[in-house]
Amino acid sequence: MKHTSARQAPRNAEEHTFKRFDQELAHLNRIVLRMGGLVEDQIAKAMSALRDADLDTARNVVARDHVVNFLDVQADEQIVNLLALRQPVGKDLRMILSLGKTVTDLERIGDEAERIARMTIDIYSSSNPPPDARLLSDAFRMSTLATRMLHDVLDALARLDVEKAIQVARGDVELDSEFQAALRRLSTYIMEDARNVGHTINVTFIVKSLERIGDHSKNIAEYVVFLVKGKDVRHVSPESIDTGELGR
Amino acid sequence: MNATASEMLLVNEPPPPPPPAEPVAADPVPAGIETVGRITVDQPRMTSRNVSVMYGDKMGIEDVNLDIGKNEVLAMIGPSGCGKSTFLRCLNRMNDTVDVCRVTGTIRLDGEDVHDPRLDVVQLRARVGMVFQKPNPFPKSIYDNVAYGPRIHGLAEGRRETDAIVQRSLEKAGLWNEVRDRLEQPGTGLSGGQQQRLCIARAIAVSPEVILMDEPCSALDPIATARIEELIDELRENYTIVIVTHSMQQAARVSQRTAYFHLGRLIEVGETSQIFTNPRHDLTEDYITGRFG
Repeated sequence: MKHTSARQAPRNAEEHTFKRFDQELAHLNRIVLRMGGLVEDQIAKAMSALRDADLDTARNVVARDHVVNFLDVQADEQIVNLLALRQPVGKDLRMILSLGKTVTDLERIGDEAERIARMTIDIYSSSNPPPDARLLSDAFRMSTLATRMLHDVLDALARLDVEKAIQVARGDVELDSEFQAALRRLSTYIMEDARNVGHTINVTFIVKSLERIGDHSKNIAEYVVFLVKGKDVRHVSPESIDTGELGR
Repeated sequence: MNATASEMLLVNEPPPPPPPAEPVAADPVPAGIETVGRITVDQPRMTSRNVSVMYGDKMGIEDVNLDIGKNEVLAMIGPSGCGKSTFLRCLNRMNDTVDVCRVTGTIRLDGEDVHDPRLDVVQLRARVGMVFQKPNPFPKSIYDNVAYGPRIHGLAEGRRETDAIVQRSLEKAGLWNEVRDRLEQPGTGLSGGQQQRLCIARAIAVSPEVILMDEPCSALDPIATARIEELIDELRENYTIVIVTHSMQQAARVSQRTAYFHLGRLIEVGETSQIFTNPRHDLTEDYITGRFG
């Protein structure tokens, strides 16, 4: 329960008396959400390059990672300024800390997208015949799950939606078991035919990257819970997060 | 606002014998109060229950229930006119000096009711000392400023004992090294920060249990402020300190518990780290984050 009783004073919960603080927070928010949209697109492009054997797109993804890094640096600068000049407390402090951590995870997600693109380039520029669809099917199944997690958690962040964030955190289990299953299947391809080894190693890196994207999304989901509720739910199994207990 | 020496220290008549120590049951916390957070502490030095203050027919504070623990710094924050200074002044009955002011409810110091007619208010103010917004040294020498309280309270006999108390108090207030060679010079000749530390030394000299501070740094520069804050932190070992401040950063820096007042009510109280990272009441959140209209 959030307490709102006591006599009503004129208040506008959304705005600071000092308006520039609002503008600076909004600016930070925009950087983070823009970064989120960008890494989402990086993953989508990397996966479509893998599907369509599209080396140009894969190279574009690799090249575009520096934009993600640039936004990372920009967000950090904004955070340092906000901490130094505004001395935030309460939900402002939680917002800035959470966004700061989110930025780090988004940057790493960007790196994973870049890795997928590099693996794609490796796969299709080798002299071997391209891998058959069977070998790649796990990667696409996992990318559907990982992309949805990332999409949902960015949504939860934009709307400060704790329920949705907790759903994302819980969804990571499914992705992890997909990853385990994928590893088992990939090892059978190697056993079937040793000529599959090269492609299988690359695909293994790809599914590992997708698994990491799920982990980073889960981290962001936990930051959303901290941001809104002030409770640290990291290192707690998602099933044991009692949504009722999260009330203030 | 500034108390004169006579208000604070002057003894008009010999104090009555101390009231017999009666076993004090913990005052129950009335049901239905609006304060969010835990108002009680494990080792209370002072307790207040249902404390209300009326200025004429105007409500100053309403039904404040709050414990102040031993060796803790309690910060009281809130917008102007919220009642935090009024509550502070209740703790050593400074409000007695305001004619139209009527205080109801119970305030206890170590279990004794501070409004007990057998309790000498001058003695109370020695046990619950006060430091004001504007440094207010007496127009006397540095030495006499500190020695005044112990002398009139009969705490020191002869020059040697007085010397010892003066030195110890100035040392505790972090002022000794700066003034040891000019104790006979007027206290008013010191810098603002030094004057405030002199006032703290003066308060300490009568061995209080509680020190009340009403905006003690608002007239000081950042360095002098930092020295007072450092001093508050050190004094916590031996005293209970209640500080009213408009600087939220100061409340966050020096206190262990923070109480937020709004329109005469105690809205929320909690550990300072909790109040400043995750306040539970919307009004607290809006105030500390600067969203107050």
